Amino acid sequence: MKFALPALLAPDRQADRVVPPSGFTAQLTLFTAAAMAFLAVFALALSLASGRLADRWASALAGTATIRISAPPEQLDTQVAAVLALLATTPGIDTARALDTEEQRALLEPWFGPDLPVEALPLPRLIELTEARPGYDSEGLRLRLAAEAPGAVLDDHTRWRRPMAQAAERLRLLGALSLILIAGSTAAMITLAANSALSANLPVIRVLRLVGAKDAYIVRAFVRRFTLRALSGAAIGTVLAMTLVALLPRADEAGAFLTGLGFQGFGWLLPLLLPPVVAVLAFAATRAAAFRTLKGLT
Amino acid sequence: MIAFENVGFNYGGGELLSDVTLRLAPGSFHFLTGPSGAGKSTFLKLAYAELRPTAGRVSIFDRDARMMTRDDVALSRRRIGVVHQDCQFLDHLPLVTNVALPLTVASRAGDAQDLTALLDWVGLGKLADALPPQLSGGERQRAALARAIIMSPDVVLADEPTGNLDWDMSLRLLTLLVELNRMGKTILIATHDMNLIRQAKSQLAARVLRIQNRRVQLAGADL
Repeated sequence: MKFALPALLAPDRQADRVVPPSGFTAQLTLFTAAAMAFLAVFALALSLASGRLADRWASALAGTATIRISAPPEQLDTQVAAVLALLATTPGIDTARALDTEEQRALLEPWFGPDLPVEALPLPRLIELTEARPGYDSEGLRLRLAAEAPGAVLDDHTRWRRPMAQAAERLRLLGALSLILIAGSTAAMITLAANSALSANLPVIRVLRLVGAKDAYIVRAFVRRFTLRALSGAAIGTVLAMTLVALLPRADEAGAFLTGLGFQGFGWLLPLLLPPVVAVLAFAATRAAAFRTLKGLT
Repeated sequence: MIAFENVGFNYGGGELLSDVTLRLAPGSFHFLTGPSGAGKSTFLKLAYAELRPTAGRVSIFDRDARMMTRDDVALSRRRIGVVHQDCQFLDHLPLVTNVALPLTVASRAGDAQDLTALLDWVGLGKLADALPPQLSGGERQRAALARAIIMSPDVVLADEPTGNLDWDMSLRLLTLLVELNRMGKTILIATHDMNLIRQAKSQLAARVLRIQNRRVQLAGADL
């Protein structure tokens, strides 16, 4: 009752001729496989792009931290100097520097405009630090800051990084979920097409059983046809979608935050797995449908 | 070959066949007769395991039909040639391919060298490439017979094979079946054509069975 997928794909003219060609189900299978592969390429691209985005956000915010010092104006410079001295002796800190007035003005400009009198405002001072590998002990640094400069607060960007990484991770999961749904829909639609073809060919199946055909022979005739159609359709859909993905404008050129929906490097090879995966789905779905149908016949 | 032991069968309502005991010996020639709806076709279907008995036991080549797997049934049908009244062809394939179908499904298509001789034997040599819908009733019946014997089966079962044929064509088909029997094949023909039975009995020692009151009995001397 068993037969292997590679053997199935070997040409068998006799078995092919036994089942009459069925135009409608042939086109339906071809179209379904092509459409689903097309959508799967985009879902795959979305999933991969989300992964890159998550990595990029994480790496952009990782490795840096900010210390905000709020103190009465007369103590501000003292505490800044104390913090810088403390950082200079803290293991795991690569560089540390206090932002000057112009830099703070530039940070606030998007919200308050260019004419903000930064000097006249009681703004906290900011110290930007970069980590050395393998990083510093943030809890230990917080305790030391509390002792040396009570107005200093360490912000290691965890508050920002975590939700952004989570959002990108969920986007990646959404892409993976879409792929699973597409696979399920493909199997369901090919099953429907196979059931339709099997029902239309019941008289043929009865004749084959009558003259001594084993179930495996009959199943092979249908499964081979649907598997090859699904493989062809998926190949068409994949090539079409990959072409369109390649023609998408590159977001990097516009300086956008997104890295673009395209594939990168070996990522271009992943969509090429879709046609064989769709063929395997079609093989399994048609085989199950054919054996189910034959079970009802003597 | 094929044996019925106290076989009963019903389609879910009343019993159609009851307590049927019969053995088709190798090389025998049987007619099965009875009124329409008596159960002749059902009897044949039990004989080639399209139906399973609801009581008793049908043995096909010494195997209990109820214990046979689907593959066992398929293999047994390669040793039983069946001729249906409606012939049952694959209409999209030419006659020669239809006749060779049992060899094709048995992956023995290479054994089909004598196809031309076989088609000539049933008088269809010139119609090898015709599609089944293009054939007359008699031609279809003879083609069905050719398909039934291409695997050189041990048993040939024919269900009303002359039902749609004129007398000359019926005689021609009977002659073919008699020839097969002389080659050692076991033949069972379900028919209500008494003239055909009388004609056959004039040529060979055929047993005539009659389905009456749900039972299969040996027919009397009225034939």
